[in-house]
Amino acid sequence: VIPVENVRLLDRSSGQRKASVGTLYLSATHTIFVENNPETRKETWVLHSMVSSVDRPPSTPSGSQLVLRCKDFRVYQILVPQERDCVDVHASLVRLSRPEKYSELYCLSFNPSVNKEEREASWSFIDLMADYKRMGVPNNLWVSTTVNNEYRVCDTYPSELFVPKSASTGVIVGSSRFRSRGRFPALSYFHQDTLAAVCRCSQPLSGFSGRCQEDELMLQAVMKSNPGSDYIYVVDTRPKLNAMANRAAGKGYENEDHYTNIKLQFIGIENIHVMRSSQQKIIDVGEMRAPSMSDFLWGLENSGWLKHIKAVLDAGVFIARAVADEGVSVLVHCSDGWDRTAQACSVASILLDPFYRTLRGFMVLIERDWVSFGHKFSHRYAHLDGDPKEVSPVIDQFLECVWQLSEQFPCAFEFNERFLITLHTYIYSCQYGSFMGNCQKERRDLRLRERSHSVWPQLWKDRSDYTNPLYQAEQSQSQGVLKPNTSPFYFKMWKGLYNHVEKSVPPRQSPADYLSAVREESQQLEEELTNHQEVAPGGTAHQHQHHQPGSRQGIQHNTPPPPPPPPTNLEIPPV
Amino acid sequence: MEFSEHIKTANVEDVVLRQPLHPPSRGTLCITGHHLLFSDREEGSSRQVLLLLRNIDAIEKRTSGSSGTITIKCKDLQVLQLDIPGMEQCLNIAHSIETLSCLDSVSEMYPFFYRPADLSLQDQWGLSSPESYYSQMKELHGRWRLSSVNRDYSVCPSYPPAVIVPNSIDDDTLRKVAKFRQGGRFPVLCYYHRKNGMVIMRSSQPLTGANRKRCKEDELLLQAVIDGSDKGYIIDTRSSQQAQQARMTGGGFESKSCYSHWKRLHRQMERGKALQESLIKLVEACGDESNNMDRWLSKLENSKWLSYVQTALSTAGLLAECVERDGHSVLVHGSEGTDSSLLISTLAQLIMDPCCRTLDGFLALLEREWLQAGHPFQQRCAHSAYSHTRLQQESPVFLLLLDCVWQLWRQFPLALGFSEALLLRLATEVYASDYGTFLCNSDQERCAVGVKDKTHCLFQALLRPREKDYYSNPLYEPTELAIWPSVHPQSLQLWRGFFLRWTQQIRHLEEAQEEIRNMVIEWGKLALS
Repeated sequence: VIPVENVRLLDRSSGQRKASVGTLYLSATHTIFVENNPETRKETWVLHSMVSSVDRPPSTPSGSQLVLRCKDFRVYQILVPQERDCVDVHASLVRLSRPEKYSELYCLSFNPSVNKEEREASWSFIDLMADYKRMGVPNNLWVSTTVNNEYRVCDTYPSELFVPKSASTGVIVGSSRFRSRGRFPALSYFHQDTLAAVCRCSQPLSGFSGRCQEDELMLQAVMKSNPGSDYIYVVDTRPKLNAMANRAAGKGYENEDHYTNIKLQFIGIENIHVMRSSQQKIIDVGEMRAPSMSDFLWGLENSGWLKHIKAVLDAGVFIARAVADEGVSVLVHCSDGWDRTAQACSVASILLDPFYRTLRGFMVLIERDWVSFGHKFSHRYAHLDGDPKEVSPVIDQFLECVWQLSEQFPCAFEFNERFLITLHTYIYSCQYGSFMGNCQKERRDLRLRERSHSVWPQLWKDRSDYTNPLYQAEQSQSQGVLKPNTSPFYFKMWKGLYNHVEKSVPPRQSPADYLSAVREESQQLEEELTNHQEVAPGGTAHQHQHHQPGSRQGIQHNTPPPPPPPPTNLEIPPV
Repeated sequence: MEFSEHIKTANVEDVVLRQPLHPPSRGTLCITGHHLLFSDREEGSSRQVLLLLRNIDAIEKRTSGSSGTITIKCKDLQVLQLDIPGMEQCLNIAHSIETLSCLDSVSEMYPFFYRPADLSLQDQWGLSSPESYYSQMKELHGRWRLSSVNRDYSVCPSYPPAVIVPNSIDDDTLRKVAKFRQGGRFPVLCYYHRKNGMVIMRSSQPLTGANRKRCKEDELLLQAVIDGSDKGYIIDTRSSQQAQQARMTGGGFESKSCYSHWKRLHRQMERGKALQESLIKLVEACGDESNNMDRWLSKLENSKWLSYVQTALSTAGLLAECVERDGHSVLVHGSEGTDSSLLISTLAQLIMDPCCRTLDGFLALLEREWLQAGHPFQQRCAHSAYSHTRLQQESPVFLLLLDCVWQLWRQFPLALGFSEALLLRLATEVYASDYGTFLCNSDQERCAVGVKDKTHCLFQALLRPREKDYYSNPLYEPTELAIWPSVHPQSLQLWRGFFLRWTQQIRHLEEAQEEIRNMVIEWGKLALS
């Protein structure tokens, strides 16, 4: 039955208003639609791993329908003339879009044209140890520990970690036994200016009255590693009620009577289930066809989405303030310490350290607080067919926080919105091995370094597409600690991610693209000038005349920017 | 000066001023007939703050013991606080502010006293007029003429002395038509679309009344407008129900049977009090400090301001579509024809006509479509969002226009020759100004008090080289194409630059604009070398 002919495809996301007729193919990795129109023969490729659902609404007189919803919020509507074909395609797509084993994942078959050496080198593109060194770690306060070699103490943590110098192995191991999933307090970020640190862990297994001497010593050690302060903040990123409820299950939060010198602070970020349903609502808002302003604003409010984004940002702001303004170290946790904790710590780092606001720094940050510290990418982003209750847009929210910040500080980030959206796509698409699995150990066991590629060098290679022209390292917004305003007025719906309907109207003018062109041309001119002066010192302006730059009109700014490279069609034989 | 009777205390020492974006500072407060002047007496600082009393929308005074605090809420949305030692002094100052900030007599207002060194009263006043528009538009000369039927403002008090009308319609006919239109606002040409020769006319509602009165001359005039073409459109800025109801009070609409070649389209636009209340609600929401997202979104929705922005832009889009895409002439009116009609005809011209998108062109457009067309600025802008006084004729129609233009500017950042700073400046000046431009309600009133002889013109001042640089858009790239705005709710945003103007966050956005300007200048220098 496949290929199926005379299929109609409507892709509203890319501005199509009328369905086009063509042939539908299914490859091992993609759904491919080729237009009949002999002039264009336009091809549409949809990666199976990007498909989040395939629905078959009731048939219409002109055929049977299929609706493909993708993880980047695109929607494809397909009309198949024969119902039987439609049933077949549906069944195949359901199977193909829900791989059950890692071995079926796209990153294992994706094979860009790079050799073995390049592939291996791609995995050392981001060097976390170099970043710790950049922060000044190890030092006389924070040291490297081998306690988690071979993932002996905590199987979801990386093998290389930094801990307070005064924490003995016994204390670490004891603390780890008293923490959910063994995730003991470890260093996320060290702030050289104040010597305060951001540490992370999971909730203590305290129940209503349990305590653990090693864990109490561990928190003491964290405090002692900051000579400037005689207490630490423990930030529990959950709503207090949730944290209290956890006590009934033998978990919970730190009892301030047992731990001396801690200040406990609840932030109130909701759990993954609330976030999942909230995101569905904001996706629905993005898909509304012609809503009135009231419908739209009501939908936005009702989704609760911006409220949650604000909560995540508020958590980061609290931590950054404690570390930078008060010089107090912070220990962050939620339940297991891999979702809300990752969000809060990485937002705090972005605010605290300008390096993480650069292109490379942002890669380092994701690699550290998300990949290395054991965020469950494969579960949260449904890489494999599994429990739908494990799926949740945790990193989406982090990326959105960064986008909201970049709207408040247009000059502070070296990268642009396109970079964030591309990253979002790669996190879901399974094209690269970087975001596979749920922790370092799992990635090692899968031998992903030998069998797949890292995403970072690819993004770095295309960095000119991802650069914010307004960024200048020496500009005031780019330096120091970022102090955003988190009043509700400053939050907006992230149109670039959620609204595909609006992309159908003619391309909008983009000042950023214009400026990128301006900047590029300026650099070229400057280079030419320097070269020229080197050749002919003391030359006059007349000598430069043959370097007539393109007129301003010559800059191609009205054409829409190239969309992020669809993570598709590299090694697939043409159909 | 007679102002002195309102000033019992002119000077107070040791006053503390709290102002957004600045640390509190201690100094001397002075009050004059038109200004509050605060001079900082801190060591090593000589900051002065000069505030036009006219800019003050509302004050709140609180006294405790021997001192008092005055909170000043300005029409440009800035909120200041003065801590004044001495209760009597405090009350005196408050009383002076209350009285002097809303003096009614136009000729006592500050523009009549403002004499900057680099401007002369002999300088040309204004940028554009129907006369100059007509003489520039050679294409008009065959079918259209300049009529001076209103030279002494007797036919229509809110119109300028010269107006553009169909050639075939003589002044006597115009006089009769004027009697059939509210306030004498007979249909006049306000825009000629060079690409296809179609025009935009505007007027007030016809006075058909309950018994469906007709006016042959009015029908004749409209017929002359479409001369040769198969039809024209009338965009009525009221719902058809509202238009029906207007007949009960003597107003009405152009019925199909009497104006058979005209197709009426009704688009309900909010005006008057509802608009003012919307602004008040929105500003109140922007000052809400509860830090609660749900509450904010619900208040934003409840204010309806963004809905009004959406309606204005979509109605303007409809108007432009009739002219540019459908190729027909359009008559726009609501009831009085001095508010929403001007709003959408201005926006439609920006959408279609590249000449209106330059800095000079935009100011000239405002001059023709708002000042000469008789938008009653004095009534509409007497108070802004903070005032507690009972609303009369206040309505932020012009502010709504600026917001809509900002939305266009945001959607087409390269297509407009002016910057957001210009829109913000206009939003301030329209409520309180050193210049005479926005005084009075009509050309006639401005003439009567001698605005053009005794005050300076804002628009001319904005076009002085240094100012012009500042108010230009560094990214401007003229395009001949129409700029069709998206009116999808997600494409429209709160105008943070205005509504959250006095916050640190807006400074970051201004820095970004500055950065853009520098980059383009740098590029320009390199390109020249």
